[in-house]
Amino acid sequence: MAEAFEPEAEGDRPPPVDLETIRRLLDLMSEHGLAELEIEREDMAVRLRKAGAEPPTPMAAGIPAGGAQAGVAPPTAPAEAETAEEELPTVTSPMVGTFYTAPSPDADPFVQVGDHVAEDTVVCVIEAMKVFNEIRAETSGTIEKVLVANAEAVEFGQPLFVVRPD
Amino acid sequence: MFSRILVANRGEIALRIIRACREMGIETVAVYSEADRGARYLSLADEAVCIGPAPSAQSYLNIARIISAAEVADVDAIHPGYGFLAENAHFAEVCRSCNIEFIGPSVEAMQRMGDKVEAKRIARAARLYTIPGSEGALEDVDEAVRVAHDIGYPVLVKAAAGGGGRGMRIAHNDISLSQAVGQGQAEAEAAFKDSRVYLEKHIEGARHVEVQVLADADGHCVHLWERDCTLQRRHQKLIEESPSPGLSDHTRAKLCDAAVRMAKEAGYTGAGTVEFLLDPDETFYLLEVNARIQVEHPVTELVTGIDLVQEQIHMAAGERLRFRQRDVHQRGHAIECRINAEDCASGFRPSPGTLQRFCLPGGPGVRVDTHCCQGAAIVPHYDSMIAKLLVHRPTRQAAIATMKRALAECDIQGVATTVPLHQEILANPDFTAGRVDTGWVERVW
Repeated sequence: MAEAFEPEAEGDRPPPVDLETIRRLLDLMSEHGLAELEIEREDMAVRLRKAGAEPPTPMAAGIPAGGAQAGVAPPTAPAEAETAEEELPTVTSPMVGTFYTAPSPDADPFVQVGDHVAEDTVVCVIEAMKVFNEIRAETSGTIEKVLVANAEAVEFGQPLFVVRPD
Repeated sequence: MFSRILVANRGEIALRIIRACREMGIETVAVYSEADRGARYLSLADEAVCIGPAPSAQSYLNIARIISAAEVADVDAIHPGYGFLAENAHFAEVCRSCNIEFIGPSVEAMQRMGDKVEAKRIARAARLYTIPGSEGALEDVDEAVRVAHDIGYPVLVKAAAGGGGRGMRIAHNDISLSQAVGQGQAEAEAAFKDSRVYLEKHIEGARHVEVQVLADADGHCVHLWERDCTLQRRHQKLIEESPSPGLSDHTRAKLCDAAVRMAKEAGYTGAGTVEFLLDPDETFYLLEVNARIQVEHPVTELVTGIDLVQEQIHMAAGERLRFRQRDVHQRGHAIECRINAEDCASGFRPSPGTLQRFCLPGGPGVRVDTHCCQGAAIVPHYDSMIAKLLVHRPTRQAAIATMKRALAECDIQGVATTVPLHQEILANPDFTAGRVDTGWVERVW
């Protein structure tokens, strides 16, 4: 479940947090489906983060946060040394159609995991109404993951590739 | 019969079509823009495909994206609903050339009815009266003034490619007429890419009565009686009812027969509506033909007991009409109130927001058609209608009483709505007595 808790503030080290409070915070996280929770009060500061967090659900404005000054961080926000995969930019589909990884059935795919791409590198084609549209990376970096299978139908806005920027 | 239909629309009509298909055992594919992502009705379709960002031009009006979605989802027909691409003959043509049936009339019939000048010519061939006016599109301002002097002011300058209350300007004298023609042409060019305008006499004290028709591909056509849509504000309908109050049975019969003649003369198939204007002595003139299912179709469904959307699908699948004219009866009285997210107190300004509370009435004689639910966001990108509230009772008096009861039960918070306006109209003695005309709402409010 939770990875760790650590005191946050520089300089003044607030007293460590008791286990009972941690348990209550963990329940709060489960209840609201949160992957990350950060609280700073005069008497304590804690950040809890779930390992293998699920994709973020949008937070509606005004969800009541229990306790004084509780700040709830959406799962993709905080400054971490290591960027989690969910935070990497994706190449999304600008249209509805059929996704193809290669220019023709027996050709090599345009890109594979690990390949470096420039902004204008063609990463795939999407076919719609018999017209093949070349889709470009629009980000300079390395292909981290391919999210769609060859010949799969895709919709507008659907993520196709995860790119780790340079 | 089709096995899979793509619903090329959104909101309440998309839900209406999905419901009809579910009852017929037909799979549905819904399309949505990013503004409609997460809408509850989408989960009632078998599949939902995101086709673009919020602006209609890149989503619900985008033919390429809709056809792509139809192809990847492997549908055999598309239902266009109303508005958006429903009366776009080019879209119907593209569908059929991609081997996807378009649930609506033929391309030719759509083009003929979409061109309001051509529609009037066909009406005259079908022996219908048309509103006195110019022969066709106006050549120039001089012709406009000549015709206006002939038929008498006030006159309306109308766009040939318009319809549905759009692209119309009124003129009371020569000076305002020449302005109206110039501005009308410019607006028509911008809105419809067709600057043609024509002239019609503006009939004052008129009532708007329309007739629902249904025709199969073999040329059999029936009418499903009339709907009175006189209560309008700026040519947008607020309240519709059937039967039309105060209409003599004699005129009713003539009106409905005329509508069938018009549909046959135009080679119309599927569901359509022939709109008429009635002057104070019940002479009726063709206004226009709407080659689509209409917003107020449930009014007819309630009094006739016929499911119009299902009938559209049957007609489009090439089936013959399964009932004859003598099988179609009007039973009781139905009224519809369109509930829009608009602020009546501030000039009917659209009132987008989130539905903090959304409780609609029920009980005997009440039908509610809505895609909205509590917590839903009303976005500013599309029209502001959030629900259609209908009642059906044995008499008009009972229907009015039930509608008043139903309106009072509405509890909608988070956006302003037109419920208060409907309550005032229903309480007004002119409405109860049927003493209204198309200009009444704007005069009184």
